Amino acid sequence: MQFLSYLINGLGLGSVYAIIALGYTMVYGIAKMLNFAHGDIIMIGAYIAFFALTKFALPFPLAVLAAIAVCTMLGVLIERLAYKPLRQAPSLAVLITAIGVSYFLQNGAQILWSSSSKVFPSVISTGSISLGSASVSYLTLLTIATCIVVMICLTLFINRTKTGSAMRACSEDKGASMLMGINVNMIISITFAIGSGLAAIASVLLASTYPSVYPTMGSMPGIKAFTAAVFGGIGSIPGAFIGGLLLGIIEIFAKAYISTQLSDAIVFGVLIVILLIKPTGLLGKKINVKV
Amino acid sequence: MLKVTDLKVKYGMIEAIKGISFEVRDGEIVTMIGANGAGKTTTMHAISGLVKAAEGSIKLDDVELTKTPANKIVGMGLAQVPEGRRVFAEQTVEENLILGAYLRKDKAKMAEDMEEVYKLFPRLKERRKQLAGTLSGGEQQMLAMGRALMAKPSILLLDEPSMGLSPLLVSEIFHIIREINDKGTTILLVEQNAKRALAIADRAYVLETGSITLEGTGEELANDERVQKAYLGG
Ligand SMILES: Nc1ncnc2c1ncn2[C@@H]1O[C@H](COP(=O)(O)OP(=O)(O)O)[C@@H](O)[C@H]1O
Ligand SMILES: [Mg+2]
Repeated sequence: MQFLSYLINGLGLGSVYAIIALGYTMVYGIAKMLNFAHGDIIMIGAYIAFFALTKFALPFPLAVLAAIAVCTMLGVLIERLAYKPLRQAPSLAVLITAIGVSYFLQNGAQILWSSSSKVFPSVISTGSISLGSASVSYLTLLTIATCIVVMICLTLFINRTKTGSAMRACSEDKGASMLMGINVNMIISITFAIGSGLAAIASVLLASTYPSVYPTMGSMPGIKAFTAAVFGGIGSIPGAFIGGLLLGIIEIFAKAYISTQLSDAIVFGVLIVILLIKPTGLLGKKINVKV
Repeated sequence: MLKVTDLKVKYGMIEAIKGISFEVRDGEIVTMIGANGAGKTTTMHAISGLVKAAEGSIKLDDVELTKTPANKIVGMGLAQVPEGRRVFAEQTVEENLILGAYLRKDKAKMAEDMEEVYKLFPRLKERRKQLAGTLSGGEQQMLAMGRALMAKPSILLLDEPSMGLSPLLVSEIFHIIREINDKGTTILLVEQNAKRALAIADRAYVLETGSITLEGTGEELANDERVQKAYLGG
């Protein structure tokens, strides 16, 4: 049964998209902006993990922590320096700035680490288990498990904690949130921190699956995850999760049953169809227009 | 308690508030009446820090509010019930009330205050697990008021609490404003519903296109010919 192994591999790829899409969707939900530099945070995370593992010979968990720490700080720093001054600016200006930040990170990486790709060491056991006739690698299982744990933790955090409640309040009405005493700038920083930390986790999973690290490696997964977030309904956390998983499954099935070359075109084609049928995405709410 | 002096607020080139001065003393109900677009909401937002004052001073017990970030002002004892309620529609009634007490650390006292709010608005208690967005307009107004009270303010600002409510509900809301004041909270009430507002106010101001044109006790203004003609339909 090839079908089962395609499905599980699709879920694995989709889990990576979902983790990245969560960052996109949270930042959109709270800061109301599309952070197109989000994919490049993944690239930085992959480099940090790469150097931690090779140059500093750190154990794998510490390398992951290093990537998370650097990406979190970088995300907060980018928001403070590049986006915060544009809080009142038109959204097109913010979008262009985000694209600028993306190029800045890619070119920065090229200057620092050259454009040739580095081979990410395989640290996660390469073994696999067999489910019936299908065999599934440990890495795929780890990726799926990580995504589920991330999703559960994030949902609990957003729905059960005081900071989570403040984040939801900010996503609805920043003015009213300030009247409650919520420090909106702080909440936005926390959102960028969480999104970038998740990008770091995704970077390690991605680099372990496709073990080459190069300055533009974040672009395609970034665009796919953005697609996943829109697919599920941008701003919706369960939407990003489901959108990511579905996108991964569609991509793997398209590759397996239709055409490797056309798989990306098929993925984006499905997105367009979904948005034509339901413009706010699968779980998106209708957009409130303030009068 | 609250003293506003020569306040000016601009939106770009347009001066929405053109240098107004007024005060609210400890324990009073003060109302500011004015037509749509007079600048009532802008004044409220300037006090709470949601818009920046271009000139002038706003003092709460001698602390200058124009230099205080919006999110710190509620912690100083000034809470606002904004125009149009602005409850957090996707959170429950209870979560909204807890957000009202966001800066408070005294958990035990907060639980007591929540019971107080439920006593004041029993309908909120019945609906405490319901999303705020599913409440009726009147219930949302009650929730917005309860949420502001959860901050334990010494002064409460209300921006058109009667807007869009049935006459019966308006009576209920005004009755509750009175009750909140009787329990010791100073009140600044902004209204287009001049008749009701003047009836419960100790003192009142009339705001016209960004300037204060009249002031006096609630009774004086209610009997003033100009006020009757412009705001009381007589
Ligand atoms: N955000 C804004 N930008 C530009 N002009 C505004 C804004 N808010 C209010 N105004 C203008 O300022 C004036 C006062 O408005 P507002 O304070 O809302 O009056 P009121 O609450 O008395 O109805 C109006 O002329 C209004 O058009
Ligand atoms: Mg108004």
